[in-house]
Amino acid sequence: MERSDTLQEKMEQNGMSRRTFIKYCASLASLMALPPSAAYAMAEALGKAKRPSVIWLPFQECTGCTESITRSHSPSIEGMIFDMISLDYQETLMAAAGHQAEEALHAAMKENYGKYVLIIDGSVATGLDGAYSCIAGRSNLESLKEAAKGAAAIIALGSCASFGGIPKANPNPTGAVAVSDIIKDKPIVNIPGCPPIPVVITGVLAQFLTFGTLPELDKLGRPKAVYGETIHDRCYRRPFYDQGKFAKTFDDEGARQGWCLFELGCKGPVTYNACATTKWNDSTSFPIESGHGCIGCSEPDFWDAGGFYKALSMPADPLKMAATAAVAGAAVGVAISFANRAKKGAAKSAHETTKLEDLEK
Amino acid sequence: MNELQFLTWVRGTGLNIAVGIFLLGVLWRLFEIYSLGRKQDLSAPRHASGASGFHTIFRRSLPPPGMLKRSPVSYIGGYVFHIGLAIVVFLFAPHILLIKNLTGLSWPALPSQFIDLMAVVTMAAMVVVLVDRINKPVKRFLSTFEDWFTWTVTFLPVLTGWMAVQHLLLPYTTMLALHILSVELLLVVLPFTKLFHVFTLFGSRWYNGKVNGHKGVPV
Repeated sequence: MERSDTLQEKMEQNGMSRRTFIKYCASLASLMALPPSAAYAMAEALGKAKRPSVIWLPFQECTGCTESITRSHSPSIEGMIFDMISLDYQETLMAAAGHQAEEALHAAMKENYGKYVLIIDGSVATGLDGAYSCIAGRSNLESLKEAAKGAAAIIALGSCASFGGIPKANPNPTGAVAVSDIIKDKPIVNIPGCPPIPVVITGVLAQFLTFGTLPELDKLGRPKAVYGETIHDRCYRRPFYDQGKFAKTFDDEGARQGWCLFELGCKGPVTYNACATTKWNDSTSFPIESGHGCIGCSEPDFWDAGGFYKALSMPADPLKMAATAAVAGAAVGVAISFANRAKKGAAKSAHETTKLEDLEK
Repeated sequence: MNELQFLTWVRGTGLNIAVGIFLLGVLWRLFEIYSLGRKQDLSAPRHASGASGFHTIFRRSLPPPGMLKRSPVSYIGGYVFHIGLAIVVFLFAPHILLIKNLTGLSWPALPSQFIDLMAVVTMAAMVVVLVDRINKPVKRFLSTFEDWFTWTVTFLPVLTGWMAVQHLLLPYTTMLALHILSVELLLVVLPFTKLFHVFTLFGSRWYNGKVNGHKGVPV
């Protein structure tokens, strides 16, 4: 495949009509909350765009993000678009290995300096100078700093890269941090999720290629268009919540009726993501539709948020102080009542009877 | 600390501390108050029909003749706010779930839209009784810091809870955490202020009724 192939040419080779492509661009534009006219602009720009260089560095990750993007839609349009970017370094997907791979990485960084998109998945280990996670003898921390220098923009893919994720979970043995904790001088888009929704990354890439801009971000650095609303507010089971109809176990009548999973620990009310609208596996369903509550995987520190199966209104930890406090309270009360009785007794024994003579004194 | 960590803290450590102080304070004060005792009344008891402590518990929930007309705001506002608060606190599904988790007791919930309406009604009634307290010179004169303070700590949980459900001002996660935090403030303050009437109300009514009955005062 020639590097200079445009997307349009590549699509024609893959048998995709222009109409299909524009429809796809329209859906991306709407996902990113851009005006309808943006779809044509996007189709034009994307069609003419040279395959942009994308460098994808995996750090402390589980490859779930890669699985999400490559596997779930293959051979869908998203998958094809993904083929069409020039993915110059991605350990899991690239054919090269060892020194060859490292050479490819450095060549891409040099050739496209200042222009490439850097995708990071996985958190960055900072403990022991980053020694907990190394590739080719170099720590992730070092690689990130080097690769970030020449990047036009950084996409922190998945909850680990965005917020530290599972490696950062208590007690965080590797000193894991998010990309944004290390890199401060580059635009960073966080696309959290464990894994994130595939179409979100193609949407962000498409917007960057078309308009040279990144989507509008919220204060956690997430695209507002995707992470603007909670799962709960967009959930098809929401009416059951409002009616007070809850599944009490995973196999009771309520569960079979598809009632709300709030009592089973669903974190939908505090999870900002688009699962309930874009859905997964080519829009087949999403976790709640499959009968399991949302675990809040796209929120920072979701792993330490009090347990997946505890309802949000339940205590996150057992109330350990309650029994001691009750005993202490009773003890204080009894002690004070004894003090009061002693005072009363003292007053009684100190009481003197007033006689007639006393008044005449 | 991010929003979810804040929420997890108020659901965990914060709740642990608040419930601890609440239980400590409640048991302390109950033991202290009920162990005080009273001097034995040596006078011969007089008989007044229906003046027992038990009757007083119920009768004091009703306005004496003529009083409803004299201060309708206190009575109607008071009824609406107390009943509304009880409905919102005890009949909203997530609240019942918390009580079930802590005590094992549970009962059916009301639809959340109805709870939402009741929260608004409760807040309106609370604002009305507050305005009345400010406007009436006698009430204002009798009010101390404690009265304004306890009104505020009672009002905040209703307000933040309603705002969380309505997604007003702040993201739901933050508002929910603030709601739980405000309830924790209420729990901490309750045993040591006039809000302790939650526990002493019926006991003191019974006591007063009993004493009055002994003296021959019809209630």
